[in-house]
Amino acid sequence: MKKFLLFSLSLGAVALLPSCKMKTAETAVSGDAASKVYVAPGKYDEFYNFVSGGFNGQVSVYGLPSGRLLKIIPVFSVFPENGYGYSEETKAMLNTTAGLIPWDDQHHLTLSQTNGEQDGRWLFANANNTPRVARIDLTTFKTVEILQLPNSAGNHSSPYLTENTEYVVAGTRFAVPIGEQQDVPISSFKENFKSTVSFISVDKNSGRMNVAFQVVLPGMDLDLSRAGKGPSHGWFFFSTYNTEQANTLLEVNASEKDKDFIVAINWQKAEAYAKAGKGKKMKVQYAHNVFHEEEQSATSTTETEVIVLDPNELKDIVYMIPCPKSPHGCDVDPSGEYIVGSGKLAALIPVFSYQKIIKAIDAKDFEGDYQGIPVLKYNTVLHGEVQKPGLGPLHTEFDANGNAYTSMFLSSEIVKWNVKSLEVLDRAPTYYSIGHLCVPGGDTKKPWGKYVIAYNKITKDRYLPTGPELAQSAQLYDISGEKMKLLLDFPTVGEPHYAQAIAADMIKDKSVKIYDINKNKHPYVAMGEKNAKVVRKGNRVDIYMTAIRSHLNPDNIEGVYVGDEVYFHVTNLEQDWDVPHGFAIKNNPNAELLIMPGETVTLKFVPEKAGIYPYYCTDFCSALHQEMQGYLRVSPKGSNVPLKFGTGEMKAVAANQ
Amino acid sequence: MNKLTNTGRISTVLVILLLVSLWFFPMWRIDLAAPQYPGGLTMTIWINDIQGDVDVINGLNHYIGMQTIHKEDFREFIYMPLAMMIFIAMGLGVLAWNRRAGYYTWTLLFLVLASLSFYDFYKWEYDYGHNLDPNAPIQVPGMAYQPPLIGYKKMLNFEVLSQPHVAGWCYILAGVILVAITIYEYKKSRQNA
Repeated sequence: MKKFLLFSLSLGAVALLPSCKMKTAETAVSGDAASKVYVAPGKYDEFYNFVSGGFNGQVSVYGLPSGRLLKIIPVFSVFPENGYGYSEETKAMLNTTAGLIPWDDQHHLTLSQTNGEQDGRWLFANANNTPRVARIDLTTFKTVEILQLPNSAGNHSSPYLTENTEYVVAGTRFAVPIGEQQDVPISSFKENFKSTVSFISVDKNSGRMNVAFQVVLPGMDLDLSRAGKGPSHGWFFFSTYNTEQANTLLEVNASEKDKDFIVAINWQKAEAYAKAGKGKKMKVQYAHNVFHEEEQSATSTTETEVIVLDPNELKDIVYMIPCPKSPHGCDVDPSGEYIVGSGKLAALIPVFSYQKIIKAIDAKDFEGDYQGIPVLKYNTVLHGEVQKPGLGPLHTEFDANGNAYTSMFLSSEIVKWNVKSLEVLDRAPTYYSIGHLCVPGGDTKKPWGKYVIAYNKITKDRYLPTGPELAQSAQLYDISGEKMKLLLDFPTVGEPHYAQAIAADMIKDKSVKIYDINKNKHPYVAMGEKNAKVVRKGNRVDIYMTAIRSHLNPDNIEGVYVGDEVYFHVTNLEQDWDVPHGFAIKNNPNAELLIMPGETVTLKFVPEKAGIYPYYCTDFCSALHQEMQGYLRVSPKGSNVPLKFGTGEMKAVAANQ
Repeated sequence: MNKLTNTGRISTVLVILLLVSLWFFPMWRIDLAAPQYPGGLTMTIWINDIQGDVDVINGLNHYIGMQTIHKEDFREFIYMPLAMMIFIAMGLGVLAWNRRAGYYTWTLLFLVLASLSFYDFYKWEYDYGHNLDPNAPIQVPGMAYQPPLIGYKKMLNFEVLSQPHVAGWCYILAGVILVAITIYEYKKSRQNA
């Protein structure tokens, strides 16, 4: 009897097993998802999705809703596949006061705005590790400017911008000593370490950046930021953590206090003070790298001065708003009235009211000060709290209908809630552990809405396994209805943090197809094949080479010696869309070049051994691409092989150079 | 008695106006389409110029050894405008003289000029399509690349469509008017005789 009971019990358990199975990810997709993300061959996506590359240092561009990868734009890391950071023209882009740095950690992106709406002109990107901000031109999808930031470390709360792109902001995650004496004990954090916020002005026409002024704050970690808009235009809001000012074991020590702060900076007032000469001019050094379109080359200049504003002297530019438990995201809704702080260890989301903040400031209704900076009262400036939103709120984006979408890292979901009523409306699981999220235009006055994209931090089993190192997982949700609907998983490269999306129509028709060869002002351009030549000056050899389907000119070069500095200046003479040529030469400890039609790009080569060095076009350009090749003869140093070059017919170069 | 009718005089003005369009619009267009040229390639021929994707077409044609097209190589671009200007001036003469004989001569001259032009165009196309560089990288035995004078033709991976452009149609219309009015005037003269 006992045996029978045991038998039937275990049988029962087996029978129950399938019904006890947990809910899985597959069940989250509904029937018509495929048709909503299908972009037929030859058709275009509706949105460009610019996605930060995280630890690959680049920016990737995807189409939405298909999730197809369209391009990787090299920004802060070298990119051997097109020569970025390897060609003579682009090396200067990665220059810093510490020399050429071939890598960085790229976290956040912001599209330029006019009147609080996307204008499709530029994309700004931050470098987290060696503090820099880059500007990408959206007609060429090329990095055209990189500005290093002085008095900064861990440029995390960047590159958020004001509603007319007046300023791009850069706040420090790491407080560091600033000024002359930087060799100090780490334990002297409280007295010597400072946080700074740089306001980078952007020229309305050229886009040229410039550090207009910096606001120096007590040492703490500035995390994320957003500019006010509409009524709150003129203000900037930053989340902070480690206001405990710990310099070790932050995991515990920076989580001690119940509340950290959102820092509110009145940048219009700060700007006025800076212009009135109320700031201090500080001697610093930082690199300013600009890519010049006409010369097709970058220059790097060292700037030597920055204006610094101290809120302890200029009392009415900075205020602190208490915010629960190490806030991360700090987002402003489309109306500009509500500021959402997301305490990443909190179990609620506080929403602050701009009007209440201004009222409290006007009434000097403070609860005290933090290192001399007035602290507002939490309850006085609070619009309300979203109750039980989920666990680990990180970032919030908005749609055009007054709703907010907050990513929940710990509970791995997106939560939709109403900004005014603070009521939770819907929740959708993400796979797995969402970080940032993006609604097209979701940070502007006019969100496009339609989709929310989750950039997940953990991938696990979402795709075919590829060993221990996996792609990152992004997910697309339809938000046009009341309930969010999962439509698509798509793998991403690098490790995306924040992303921006913009309607394709804002950009696609402005996209440059070729560079006009007649406007090529590169100092080493060869205008036409008859101007192809080789010039020696001492041990420097400049090869003015042309590339056109399907030959390089010259394709035979002799009279180059071991140890010469050889510069291949390759001009692509094509004037037709999508006919790039490539260039590479054997045994060159360098990368290759990709040369767009009408462009001139330079590859340096210092041969170390005598012999024959083949070179060729690396971009399949035509039916005769495999014939597009040449030879460089390198002779021992001191030999008397005369300098000769040509394609078909060899020309000798006068020997008196 | 052999004076032009009103219709004849009006048609003279009309023909002159139609011919003036040659300086404002292209005469002919040749369109090329291939999979790797999604927008297609177009070459437009003017009375004194050749425009459009000429450089791109030249770049392509070197594979099969066709000669490159350069505006400077066409003496036609000097002769044609000159001939048309003289022809238009003669039209003014026809109006002033106001005789049917003048009109007939003018029409005859037009037909001669038109025949010569088309013959010249054909000859150029023939030469362009047949006279290939013997050292061309791509050689297809028996293949010639003569574009159609008018109409459609498939050549290797390209489809080619050749047709009159605005001024070309004006020119053709001018010819039709000239011939029609010549017949009309001739009939009128017979009636009166």
